[in-house]
Amino acid sequence: MKKKSWMLLLTLVLVIGTVLAGCGSADEKTTTDTGTKTETGTTDEGTAAEPAADANLAADQTLRLNLSAEPPTLDPAQAQDSQANTALRFMYEGLATIGEDGQPKEGAAESWEVSEDGLTYTFKMRQGATWSNGDPVTANDFVYAWERALSPETVPAPVYAYQLYYIKGAEEFNTGKTKDFSSVGVKAVDENTLEVTLTNPTPYFLGLTSFYTYYPVHKATVEAGEAWATDPATMVTNGPFTLTTWTPGSELSWTKNDKYWDAANIKLTNVTATVVNSGATETASYQGGEIDYAGAPTGEIPTDQIQPLSEQLKDEFKLTDIASTYYYEFNTKEKPFNNAKIRKAFAMAIDRQSLIDNVTKAGQTPAYGFVPTSIAGLNNQSFRDEHPDSEYFKEDTAQAKTLLEEGMKEEGYTTLPPITLLYNTSENHQKLALAVADMWKNNLGVEIQTKNEEWSVFLESRKTGNFQVARAGWSADYNDPMTYMDMFVSGGGNNNTGYADKAYDALIDGAYKGGNDPEKRMQDMAAAEKLLIQDNMVIMPVYYYTQASLTKPYLKGVTTDFSGAINFTRAYLEEH
Amino acid sequence: MSNENKLNKQPLPALTAADFESVNVNERESEVIKRESLTAWRDTWERLRSNKVAMSGLVALVVIIIASIFGPWIAYWVHGYDYQTNDLMATNQKPSALHWFGTDDLGRDMFVRTWSGARISLIVGVAAALIDLLIGVIYGGIMGYFGGRVDTIMNKFSEILYAIPYLLVTILLLVVFKPSLGTIILALTITGWINMSWIVRGEIMKLKNREYVLASRSMGAGTGRLLFRHLLPNASGPIIVTLTLSVPNAIFAESFLSFLGLGVQAPISSLGSMVENALTGWMFYPWRMLFPAILISVIMLAFNLLGDGLRDALDPSLKNK
Amino acid sequence: MARYVTSKLLYTLLSLFILITATFFLMKAIPGDPFMSEKEVPASIRARLEAQYGLDKPLMTQYVNYLGNIVQGDLGISMKKLNQEVSHIIGQTFGVSLRLGLIAVVVSTIVGVALGLLAALYHRKFIDSMVMVLAVIGIAVPSFVLASLLQYALGLKLGWFPITGLKTPLGYVLPVMALSAGPIAYIARLTRSSMLEVLHADYIKTAKAKGLKWPAILWKHVIRNGILPVVTYVGPMTANVITGSVVVERIFGIGGIGKVFVESISNRDYTMIMGITLFYGIILMLARFITDIVYVLVDPRIKLTSGKEG
Repeated sequence: MKKKSWMLLLTLVLVIGTVLAGCGSADEKTTTDTGTKTETGTTDEGTAAEPAADANLAADQTLRLNLSAEPPTLDPAQAQDSQANTALRFMYEGLATIGEDGQPKEGAAESWEVSEDGLTYTFKMRQGATWSNGDPVTANDFVYAWERALSPETVPAPVYAYQLYYIKGAEEFNTGKTKDFSSVGVKAVDENTLEVTLTNPTPYFLGLTSFYTYYPVHKATVEAGEAWATDPATMVTNGPFTLTTWTPGSELSWTKNDKYWDAANIKLTNVTATVVNSGATETASYQGGEIDYAGAPTGEIPTDQIQPLSEQLKDEFKLTDIASTYYYEFNTKEKPFNNAKIRKAFAMAIDRQSLIDNVTKAGQTPAYGFVPTSIAGLNNQSFRDEHPDSEYFKEDTAQAKTLLEEGMKEEGYTTLPPITLLYNTSENHQKLALAVADMWKNNLGVEIQTKNEEWSVFLESRKTGNFQVARAGWSADYNDPMTYMDMFVSGGGNNNTGYADKAYDALIDGAYKGGNDPEKRMQDMAAAEKLLIQDNMVIMPVYYYTQASLTKPYLKGVTTDFSGAINFTRAYLEEH
Repeated sequence: MSNENKLNKQPLPALTAADFESVNVNERESEVIKRESLTAWRDTWERLRSNKVAMSGLVALVVIIIASIFGPWIAYWVHGYDYQTNDLMATNQKPSALHWFGTDDLGRDMFVRTWSGARISLIVGVAAALIDLLIGVIYGGIMGYFGGRVDTIMNKFSEILYAIPYLLVTILLLVVFKPSLGTIILALTITGWINMSWIVRGEIMKLKNREYVLASRSMGAGTGRLLFRHLLPNASGPIIVTLTLSVPNAIFAESFLSFLGLGVQAPISSLGSMVENALTGWMFYPWRMLFPAILISVIMLAFNLLGDGLRDALDPSLKNK
Repeated sequence: MARYVTSKLLYTLLSLFILITATFFLMKAIPGDPFMSEKEVPASIRARLEAQYGLDKPLMTQYVNYLGNIVQGDLGISMKKLNQEVSHIIGQTFGVSLRLGLIAVVVSTIVGVALGLLAALYHRKFIDSMVMVLAVIGIAVPSFVLASLLQYALGLKLGWFPITGLKTPLGYVLPVMALSAGPIAYIARLTRSSMLEVLHADYIKTAKAKGLKWPAILWKHVIRNGILPVVTYVGPMTANVITGSVVVERIFGIGGIGKVFVESISNRDYTMIMGITLFYGIILMLARFITDIVYVLVDPRIKLTSGKEG
């Protein structure tokens, strides 16, 4: 009896949910059999607009989430992970925020002007925006926060300080070449006006100001004590919510900040986040009704559950393209991958679609380039649409075999040296590595060993070039192809492949400085990608990531940006 | 007690001369040993053999060992499957005539993988347990027997070793050694013996002041004889329990180490790692967990039954019962 | 006794010193450091971080500095959980693990001894076989499988208990079950085996013959003599369980010290690793010390201080 009425209720909820979701899901396309996925980086979550009527709202507006890891810090200058990103978004607001269309929109700044040469940005502070203790948010708060993030005196040294290097003189100040902060291009003209000067015209700078390293901090709070960012009692923030409790390793909770300038549009009154880092537990607790949202980016749905759950919970399951690329990188200094033909042969000898359909199972897009589909190119088109990666190379077993033979001849091999594919300990990486190795074995007739290493050991191996071919992944910091392409410049900190190419370096340098000619800039980066992949096959792209998530039908107004970062601040709960 | 009371109440019958009979014993004959003289091992084996439950455990183990040797071959002959070839068109399939135990997430035949996994798990489990036994018994025996300063120092050493973060040790091994069966057994036994040594120490401390030990010592028995003929056999109960338990511990610890990259490298797998891999999706693909898990339990059960029998057979105090 | 305790204490301090030393150099020997991530930290920032945490100094200097801090009772600041004192994190998370662990220890000892005793008293009868089958299952099903099964069946499907967290008393049920299943099985087997030995011992026959009542025999002779292996096991087990089970904490989303410890190792959070190792070492040695004392109390024939003369 009880069960029946419960089922009835659920059905009702599902029906209502589907109807409501219907309103805003115009641009959702059904792609693979594993559910629906949205084509653009930004997504609507049912009705993205205002709730139809307040009568629909549930009485208890408490959002329950899970974070798969505890944010190591809630200090915007020190943060460097996606959990902190989710948490800090509740508590802080940058000059701009990312709107539902994926474009920067006014946040703590009411308006801005960009100079003709694209180098100077003048932000007008929002009138009436205050900190949670009532102090007004001023231009000086931003200057203070950015100086703090850049200062060599800050302890510990903020790792993400380099996210501010676009600002003129910031790098010199951060590395200690200049001691004088006035040489850095940040200036509070008055309380309400912030002037920022950049080194190069940077088309994506406005988007960057919504990133946590650019958040303001409250000077008096920071100066009160080193541990200010760990204590909810003393923390003063400027976002829609304030941190109320933080139980280490178990739970964080936030309450609505009534002093927030847009408080009228914040429907949630409370947010709680448990800290559980087991995907299976997360989906169980979602199904058991303990949390309202499960899966990436806050948590994880185990690969084995993706397919069944996408069928069982069709209306709640969602796949979103995000700006991350999964690839294998070759050590171009090590035999046998010092030969480009052999590298190409390996890249062409796998069946990416089959790997996605049968192994990773989350509707990813096969990758033949490095820049993922959700990164913007010119005029808000996708860079990938403008420069299709299908031109770089095609999967072709016969041609791969020929290339392998040619490469072996060039190097004078009769048999290939033993090859080991290195990956870091994780079930998903292991599965993919085994499947790829099996394809290489079948299609090229080569023997492949797979080897896994503990995370730090793995990073060390990759950094020191102690590998032949290794798993890698890269996620975007900002919405521009540059976040990918500057990685493989000669001697770059993240370039573990040993690839060094003057032509490539020149193209990237040109794109850095050429912000005023967006068209040429994009062309340069596309040319660099062509060098990297079509000509040299330094890396072997596998797929562009998606993220799988489950959202309760009554939870609306959740938005995801191009990178997969999620925003719950405008969410609300419907009667359920 | 109640019986005695009853007896007391009955009047005793009168005795007659017929009730008495002269004892006519050839004193020489009474000294002759009628029972065949058995070595300790032979004796144990005889008694073990008569224990049906224990023997069924032994038979089960032998069957599993044979199956783990020939099982993969059978599947190879019948269907041509091996443990590592993927079939991405047939992932997560239910058990069928084609795949007797179903397939896993890469479409590999679970029957082959289960039996070849059992091979690895048995080797690792048994080897680790035996090494733990050897080191643990000697170390614990010495600690318990000598006591005093020897005990304190050896005890402290084992505690230090036990307290060093195991994960750090494992990562170091991972860096120093190539992944192999040998490395994994080393990693398992580096601290695995400590528990055994503590159990043995406790037992020896308890037993060493018993009358029969004192008697034996006063008759001039040396340390070795006291330890191996008197003390350890009497401590065999807890030792065997600990031993049979360290087999499954090793089997599961192995899966953890394999996952870290220390053990046998994928695609070779063990029962433990198969269970672990199946864990996140067992509600959807139960067979991927069920078969290896059942096999582990049966191995466990067999070891336990055998262990119990062995304990009964070894324990001098249970002789002739 | 006082002399015994003092000398034990000295040995323990010495052991802790060796433990710290060994762990420190082991930790430094393995690849990686606290500042590694998929995205490489720029060299200048990395250099500054290393200088701030004193990681740029020679290894011996780092070691001596660390020892100096320890002697002053300063465990330092976590390198990953920014601006948080190691001692504070230990305090916060250990409380959680301790509460959960102690419940599990009490439950598993009582249930385990009771089951083992039952099995021994009804040796080779139905109850005995039942207990042994249960024990085998308890041991053969590892805690990570049991925890997931319990969570799915009793938490999600039947909805009797919360799936995650310890917010309500009911929340303790599943984690305690997952934590104590193995120990119950182990203790039951140890108890059964050692009780069997005792039951067949001559002094029990004597006691019976003397006309002693059965409960008195059980308590005075059987349990007292048969409990020693259990004591040996429960000591270190307590130390193990209260310092947190990573698996159970992870699956049930419990903010205990076990999870923090494993995270600190994969993060190479040096100060955190050292702090928790030291803390864990103290608890272990304390537990073993108490075990030894309990030995004497349970079985007066055991003399801890004596050497060969006994």
